[in-house]
Amino acid sequence: MIPAAFEYARASSVEEASKLLKTFGEDAKVLAGGHSLIPLMRLRLAQPKALVDINGIKDLDYIKEDGSKLRFGALTRHVTIENSAVVKQKLPILAEVASEIGDNQVRNMGTIGGVAAHADAAGDYPTIALMLDAEIVTNQRTIAAKDFFKDLFTTPLAADEIVTELVFPVANGPHKYIKFRRRLFDWAIVGAAAQKMNGGWRIGLTNVGTTPVRATAVEEALHKGAKPEEAAQHASDGLNPSGDLRASPEYKKHLARVLTKRAIEQAG
Amino acid sequence: MKHKVSTTVNGSRHEHEVESRLLLVHYLRDEVGLTGTHIGCDTSQCGACTILVDGKAVKSCTMFAVQAEGKELTTIEGMAKDGVLHPLQQAFWDEHGLQCGYCTPGFIMAAAYLLSQNPNPTEDEIRRGLEGNLCRCTGYVNIVKSVQAAAKTMGGAKAKTGEQQAATRRA
Repeated sequence: MIPAAFEYARASSVEEASKLLKTFGEDAKVLAGGHSLIPLMRLRLAQPKALVDINGIKDLDYIKEDGSKLRFGALTRHVTIENSAVVKQKLPILAEVASEIGDNQVRNMGTIGGVAAHADAAGDYPTIALMLDAEIVTNQRTIAAKDFFKDLFTTPLAADEIVTELVFPVANGPHKYIKFRRRLFDWAIVGAAAQKMNGGWRIGLTNVGTTPVRATAVEEALHKGAKPEEAAQHASDGLNPSGDLRASPEYKKHLARVLTKRAIEQAG
Repeated sequence: MKHKVSTTVNGSRHEHEVESRLLLVHYLRDEVGLTGTHIGCDTSQCGACTILVDGKAVKSCTMFAVQAEGKELTTIEGMAKDGVLHPLQQAFWDEHGLQCGYCTPGFIMAAAYLLSQNPNPTEDEIRRGLEGNLCRCTGYVNIVKSVQAAAKTMGGAKAKTGEQQAATRRA
């Protein structure tokens, strides 16, 4: 399968990339790891007029400790996050999530900034970003995760705006992310995350709507002293997932409840 | 519009003018002329097109040739040295790690990456390390055995030259 023709340019700095995006106009896309974009282009579900390759911007690939925060350069690959001693210590849920994305080959290429900008409802990092109140930094501003994932594949990013960094709080208490799938390298049919933080629980859900979901009703029930099993019944409150070949809406809601319960119980 | 791409493939320099939409796997097969890298699913799942890009396993159907500018690429054709099979190739032969062979180049390149990161993997680590590669003939038992055998040869044969390894195999 051959993608439609497009113009291509390499950027060596964020400024240059932004200028190139401006020049190419609305139909240009940023090429980071390419592991969502290129498959879509091969199927011609995406036909960008131009690609701005940011893989040469070396100073976008880093993990930095910054007090009570961890800063991830947008080009940080999943494999780097998976193996990072700092992440394993300060934000272990993210290292575990990274280690379960795709397969070795995918993790060698895919980037955290790319996953955020792509805003696939089945993406795993967005769930963690939302539930932990992470921030998405661009070349123009800082956007809270709750304001970033607007809709399916939809973010507030302007045409010449580039994600440069994701900022997560340190969270090294009990945690668990469970991804329900048929095959090891698949996307989550439904995913559930639990993280104990500042004495309370954060609960997040993947692929149960057009954006990641923070299950606040579950968090509140746990706060009031409900057992995991009781609290998890609220995981499907207000959800309206669409059905697909792999799961009906009812089944996804069932999975949200069951996986939430397991995530809380297995958090370690 | 065409773009100039310079790469090193299995140690040899190559320069081509390519369309930006040319996938790396097509570049290797059609421009460089190395057809050992196979196209299986064309949907980034099967791993038949796996090669090493600067030492890292990558699905070459999910990268554009223009992205390989200045990179070192290793394909299955770069594994044997001076007529002596790479220990992974020999192990796939010895342990019957293949039937039709279509997926084999991808498995060998993915396994080469795995062993570069983890020279003595457990069976679980091998299975996990090869999760991005699909085989539709054999199942994975003999593939896992092949990688285990290669890990042993590569770990235990550090002091041996390729010729000595070949002599051991012939014996």
